[in-house]
Amino acid sequence: MGKKVLVLGEARDGQLRNVSFEAIAAGKKVAQGGEVIGVLIGVSVASLANELIQYGADRVLTVEDEKLGQYTSDGFSQAFMAVVEQEQPEGIVFGHTALGKDLSPKIAAKIGAGLISDATFVGEEDGEIVFTRPIYSGKAFEKITAKEGVVFSTVRPNNIEPLEKDTSRTGDVSEISVSITDLRTVIQDVVRKAADGVDLSEAKVIIAGGRGAKSEEGFKPLKELADVLGGAVGASRGACDADYCDYSLQIGQTGKVVTPDLYIACGISGAIQHLAGMSNSKVIVAINKDPEANIFNVADYGIVGDLFEVVPMLTEEFKKIKAAQV
Amino acid sequence: MNIYVLLKRTFDTEEKISITGGRIQDDGAEFIINPYDEYAVEEAIQIRDEIGGEVTVVSVGIDETEKQLRTALAMGADKAVLINTEDDIEEGDQYTTARIITEYLKDKEADLILAGNVAIDGGSGQVGPRVADMLGIPYITTITNIDIDGTDVTITRDVEGDSEKIKTSLPLLITCQQGLNEPRYPSLPGIMKAKKKPMEELELDDLDLEEEDVEAKTKTLDIFLPPNKAAGRVLEGDIANQVQELISLLRSEAKVI
Repeated sequence: MGKKVLVLGEARDGQLRNVSFEAIAAGKKVAQGGEVIGVLIGVSVASLANELIQYGADRVLTVEDEKLGQYTSDGFSQAFMAVVEQEQPEGIVFGHTALGKDLSPKIAAKIGAGLISDATFVGEEDGEIVFTRPIYSGKAFEKITAKEGVVFSTVRPNNIEPLEKDTSRTGDVSEISVSITDLRTVIQDVVRKAADGVDLSEAKVIIAGGRGAKSEEGFKPLKELADVLGGAVGASRGACDADYCDYSLQIGQTGKVVTPDLYIACGISGAIQHLAGMSNSKVIVAINKDPEANIFNVADYGIVGDLFEVVPMLTEEFKKIKAAQV
Repeated sequence: MNIYVLLKRTFDTEEKISITGGRIQDDGAEFIINPYDEYAVEEAIQIRDEIGGEVTVVSVGIDETEKQLRTALAMGADKAVLINTEDDIEEGDQYTTARIITEYLKDKEADLILAGNVAIDGGSGQVGPRVADMLGIPYITTITNIDIDGTDVTITRDVEGDSEKIKTSLPLLITCQQGLNEPRYPSLPGIMKAKKKPMEELELDDLDLEEEDVEAKTKTLDIFLPPNKAAGRVLEGDIANQVQELISLLRSEAKVI
């Protein structure tokens, strides 16, 4: 028996995030042949609806209000609950993003449901939807299922393959009107520290620096390599503690957990706290002067050498390859 | 200020993890205060020291959780409450914990509740926001700064690297992100004092809760270790050749570029 599943689409700078398409793919699994409904909340978000349908949503509901221009848990929960009340879903999927992490427990509390956070895989066993999620900072995994009520999950970016975009797909797009009231938290200002970069949690390529980068200046070659590869720059705790870069870049047990396709660790010793944040990356490259560094134990490929020599060479070579491809 | 801190005792994930019969083996493992909850304890103490009031640390746990609560008292918290579910609950989840904490807090008239943004064992980050919603108060997650002026609160929050400045007011629940503060180590006099500070112990009965009221909504079917990674390859030769080889491996073998 198919389920009706709501999937929240999330936009950033007017574009849907990849994780939303991944969430639709997860939603399809949860639906088991039932209907997947995309939900868009914000100001003039209806224009994004077709793309959700092209990635697999059967139809889309939008909630638009000037008070929803910026995410607040009060505003978005009122909007999302209006959709829940209208549709009475049996499944809900969000991306495990800052927004998804913040909003999902509130929705789960309101509907009295369990919530399976940060899933990296959705499968079916004996007709039951089973999620896999990392625990103990990625050192183990659990298989978990919803016992009763709505099957509600958030999915970690970069882990669930989105469906192929089908531009011939069409579906109904309609608006739910909600009056958003009583916002108890007001965003006054947003400082875009990560403005020019690719978001770490969704990056396919991450170039990370440690104490070996030696200074703030030392992160420049890493940024150049990241730019060539369309990736993001990350850092170890050591580098953040030493003020080489902002804590927002920290990857590890405290800090962000990332699973890019390619992780290049430059001048990172590989303390266990750092490994907790990146060891599930698909391919890991270590560049370190110290051949005994622990990072080589988790790396697929290692170069024993000075990052200030190796990284610019990599950048140059990738530039050449890119130029040849054009 | 009536300040509450939600604290979880966690397995130190620096420990080696082994699994027997679908369960994490924790015999002899080191247990700690969840590191994000340490930021919460530290911030609560600093706020109390600045504007007055009392800090109560609350944990849903087992007998052994008393140790982590004592540590929080040694850091400077005033009171601790252990809601001991050892005899009542076999398998709880975030719903279970949030429901119990809410039941405890509902008549406490807390001005400010602090929690970690996530626990490093379960890693779901749900309990704080769930509790706030059930108490009917606003919450802000992953905060890196808080200023309180009367009942007005100004907060800086980390959002995937960007930072948001938010105005809100008490009562409020916040979850703490790294960068908020540098948690202190308990001092020797602090440890001595902590032994005499009040530690209340409650069970579900004391909160008028039945086991069915807090029954988990999710069920863990299995726990397993990630597949062992094949040993990596450290390249050799002069650096320029290694760089060439690496690029060719990334393109042809790993196929990630």
